[in-house]
Amino acid sequence: MLADIRRFFAACQVLEVETPLLCQAGVTDPHLHAFTTGYRKPGSPHTSTLYLQTSPEYAMKRLLAAGYGSIYQISKAFRNEESGRQHNPEFSLLEWYRVGFDLAALIGEIDALINSLFEDQPALAASERYEYTELFERCIGVDPLTADLDGLRVAADRLGLAEAASVCGDSQANWLDYLFSLKIQPQLGQGRLSFVQGYPACLPSLARTRPADARIVERVEVFLDGMELGNGYHELADPVEQQARFDAGLRERQRLGLPLPDRDERLLAALRHGLPDCSGVAIGLDRLLMARLGLPSLEAVLCFPLQRA
Amino acid sequence: MASYSTSDFKGGLKVMIDNEPCSILENEFVKPGKGQAFNRVRLRFLRTGRVLERTFKSGETLEAADVVDMEMQYLYNDGEVWHFMQSDSFEQYVADANALGDCKKWLKEQDICMVTLFNNSPIAVSPPNFVELVITETDPGVRGDTSGGGGKPATLETGAVVRVPLFIQTGEAIKVDTRTGEYVSRVK
Repeated sequence: MLADIRRFFAACQVLEVETPLLCQAGVTDPHLHAFTTGYRKPGSPHTSTLYLQTSPEYAMKRLLAAGYGSIYQISKAFRNEESGRQHNPEFSLLEWYRVGFDLAALIGEIDALINSLFEDQPALAASERYEYTELFERCIGVDPLTADLDGLRVAADRLGLAEAASVCGDSQANWLDYLFSLKIQPQLGQGRLSFVQGYPACLPSLARTRPADARIVERVEVFLDGMELGNGYHELADPVEQQARFDAGLRERQRLGLPLPDRDERLLAALRHGLPDCSGVAIGLDRLLMARLGLPSLEAVLCFPLQRA
Repeated sequence: MASYSTSDFKGGLKVMIDNEPCSILENEFVKPGKGQAFNRVRLRFLRTGRVLERTFKSGETLEAADVVDMEMQYLYNDGEVWHFMQSDSFEQYVADANALGDCKKWLKEQDICMVTLFNNSPIAVSPPNFVELVITETDPGVRGDTSGGGGKPATLETGAVVRVPLFIQTGEAIKVDTRTGEYVSRVK
């Protein structure tokens, strides 16, 4: 699989890069928990905190701003407090950025790449594409852009999820993610790739806002066998907006009583210098392997999952 | 009483839900793309056998249920309740019809059963997987019939009714799989 991926990008003339796993800045996402470690300069009595990357996104964007053009990377990423059938705290990511691509072009390339892999497995059916808002309204019965918490609560009750309020609290993003994960995602990607695009602006991550409708961001997620394989964006290039999203993440972390890492000032500086218009995506390779080989859990595709690492 | 957090949840763990003892069947960690993690848990209510799916916020806790499974010998039914004895301690327990449920139609005195105790009183009884019981009534078979074909109903000494092959006669003992309620073989 790795050799095939490298061949695919070589043919597209996308450059393979490497960025540090050990980073000075963490992530401000409220629901991503980075591993931290202590670094000591030789002979120094002081230890400074370093973070194991949760994805190579920030470093790769710095390369994009430096003029590298389209790039890809196959690397390890680390996320604390994630473990289960579809999660291992250490996992493999394929992340790539295409300069000049919009979201539709990127989706086409994700589709082509994944379908070119696993030639000895039965082929996937033609992929399907959905708009998030339409899909949500069809499956949940409310419009995710206009529904308030009460509307979402009523929808959850109707779907038999009485405990939703205690899980989701008063965060619109939690409610949307919760309902989507339980009632929509399991049906996606049955024997084919399902692309869901156009997420509500309360789930922005690092996607830019859709020019025609500021309530929506240019984000896509790809699913196979009811499992999320990857997350892509038409990348946010505005440093002011990026800083605002960092700060919003930090405020949410503060509210939740989580550690407050520094904002990645080097990413902000790179965006101020200028990020080329580009789209990028990260694909979980362990999950892709698991889905295409029809295996029940990540443990079945990892030689040494955490319990045996 | 101890409590368990979502990270301790695993198949077989006994916890309290809505003041009822439950057994966890399955615990799945769910993490939306960039969103808040939660756990999707399948549970079985021990008293009713009802299966429920429920979600919990990561880190939420549930009280542990004081539940133990214990092998016991079935002694007798006094017309109202069923009496069991723990073979090591000779301690006796009394179970009502709710705890017995479907199990009662398979129970013969002296059989060894699995009794589930909640706060030290029986809430569920599972019969042995296979029981040997005598047929008290079944239609006479037609000569020449061999195993296979449709079969016929037979009433057993405990009152249970199972389908048996046509050649089986009243008074014979048969082996039954209590999990499916199906005839397995004739007992010689």
